[in-house]
Amino acid sequence: MSDEYVIQVEDLCLVRGEKVIFDGLNLNVPRGAITAVMGPSGTGKTTLLRVIGGQLRPDSGRVLLNGEDVCTMSREELFRARRDIGMLFQSSALFTDMTVFENVAFPLRVHTSLPEDTIRDLVLLKLNAVGLRGARDLMPSQLSGGMSRRVALARAIALDPDLIMYDEPFTGQDPISMGVILALIRDLNSALQTSTLLVSHDIHETVGIADYLFVIADGKVIGEGTPQTLKQNDSERIHQFMHGDPDGPVPFHYPADDLTFDLLSEVE
Amino acid sequence: MQNLLRRIGSRVLAWLQGLGRASVMWVLAMSWVPRWSEWHLLIRQVYSIGVLSLAIISLSAFAIGSVIALQFYTQLTRFGAEDAVGAGLALVLLRELGPVVTGLLFAGRAGSAITAEIGLMKTTEQLSIMEMMGVDPLRRIVAPRLWGGVISMPLLTAVFNVVAIYGGYVVGVQWLGADPGGFWSGMQDAVEVWQDIGKGMIKAGVFAVVVTWIAVFQGYDCEPTAEGMGLATTRTVVSASVLILAIDFFLSLVMYGEFR
Repeated sequence: MSDEYVIQVEDLCLVRGEKVIFDGLNLNVPRGAITAVMGPSGTGKTTLLRVIGGQLRPDSGRVLLNGEDVCTMSREELFRARRDIGMLFQSSALFTDMTVFENVAFPLRVHTSLPEDTIRDLVLLKLNAVGLRGARDLMPSQLSGGMSRRVALARAIALDPDLIMYDEPFTGQDPISMGVILALIRDLNSALQTSTLLVSHDIHETVGIADYLFVIADGKVIGEGTPQTLKQNDSERIHQFMHGDPDGPVPFHYPADDLTFDLLSEVE
Repeated sequence: MQNLLRRIGSRVLAWLQGLGRASVMWVLAMSWVPRWSEWHLLIRQVYSIGVLSLAIISLSAFAIGSVIALQFYTQLTRFGAEDAVGAGLALVLLRELGPVVTGLLFAGRAGSAITAEIGLMKTTEQLSIMEMMGVDPLRRIVAPRLWGGVISMPLLTAVFNVVAIYGGYVVGVQWLGADPGGFWSGMQDAVEVWQDIGKGMIKAGVFAVVVTWIAVFQGYDCEPTAEGMGLATTRTVVSASVLILAIDFFLSLVMYGEFR
């Protein structure tokens, strides 16, 4: 039990099918800070969030959320623990049968018994924060990708959670809403004193916002530290990732036979 | 040979695992007792599963009732037994065709819709985000649909029977000219409350559970892709229909069979 960390991942191993996703991953998320997990696509960043949220059970290792092991929680305990977590999925996952307003109101209606006018005020405030108060009566199908993401963000923070997890919050945002989201993540973290865990491969934005960074590859943490220390890290793999070099120890290609061999071989 | 055995083994295992997941889901969802704030979920499902199926159920019932009356009438008049048209019509409907045809139509109309709806929610991660919000999708999404189906289908069966008997009356009596007194009194004599109506309703209840269970499970368990959803919807309709026919045979055997 530790008050210093909101999430502690210890020796996490996860194999899905033939693919080893995590192979002894260790990672601690400090309370009250913005922590980012970076890594090339396909390294299991999203999977990590699902393991922390208790949606996937690891093969071995422990995931402590506020000191309690997520992997051994019962169904009820898990659902109770998740109320303190706000999560933003990569696909916004808005409820398509509800308006924007009802989407944001959903967690409030389910988990609180606040009177209707309080719910209305809270929802409008959250929507105002993401700049979509005027879109409250639209259906999710009428929103652009960037707008849905912002609605999903408003919904994720509706209950003022202790921990907010963002899965690739920057993809598909135009420069203005990108700025808004960056500011929002910062403000939420400091104003509500929440802890933030964000997963991204947008280095520029992530480095600008995070207090602490983890770089994962091959199922392990290959580097961690503040943005400054990581940028000066002279490990080849981290250097390659932080500077976006196409050539380096982290392969760009999915494992395959030699190209010439592949092209010359017969059609089966 | 070894490969064959291995393949059979893994198929059986996968099937058993599916059955296990389905059973757990069923127990968790059926044990749902709606809270005050959740009743509207159930009412909405009874509306969309039950009320909106009324049109197709009534239309089919009328058509089936009238053709049964037509066939019975033409055959029975040859023996001068047209008074038995009403009795035969009612027995066939209450005991067999009412629950079975309602079940088949229900699988096609409501079952496929339930599977597609839940499957799409899964594919677009709506179920997943709901879980992450601390809301159990089994309570919020699956249970209301399961209960909605279990409540609606027996009621639809009752509507089916009534409309089909009326259809038979229109064709047999009003059109072909069977004696209305004989039609109704023959029916009244032949039909027993428990033996015919009660047991028919038991069948309807069993089919309701089977069809909605398959429908929600296929949606909940589907592969979150376009193909996966298509496959799940097909499976719902096919396996629900086949199971209805198979279960109907065994229920009839147990409930009406002479061996005991």
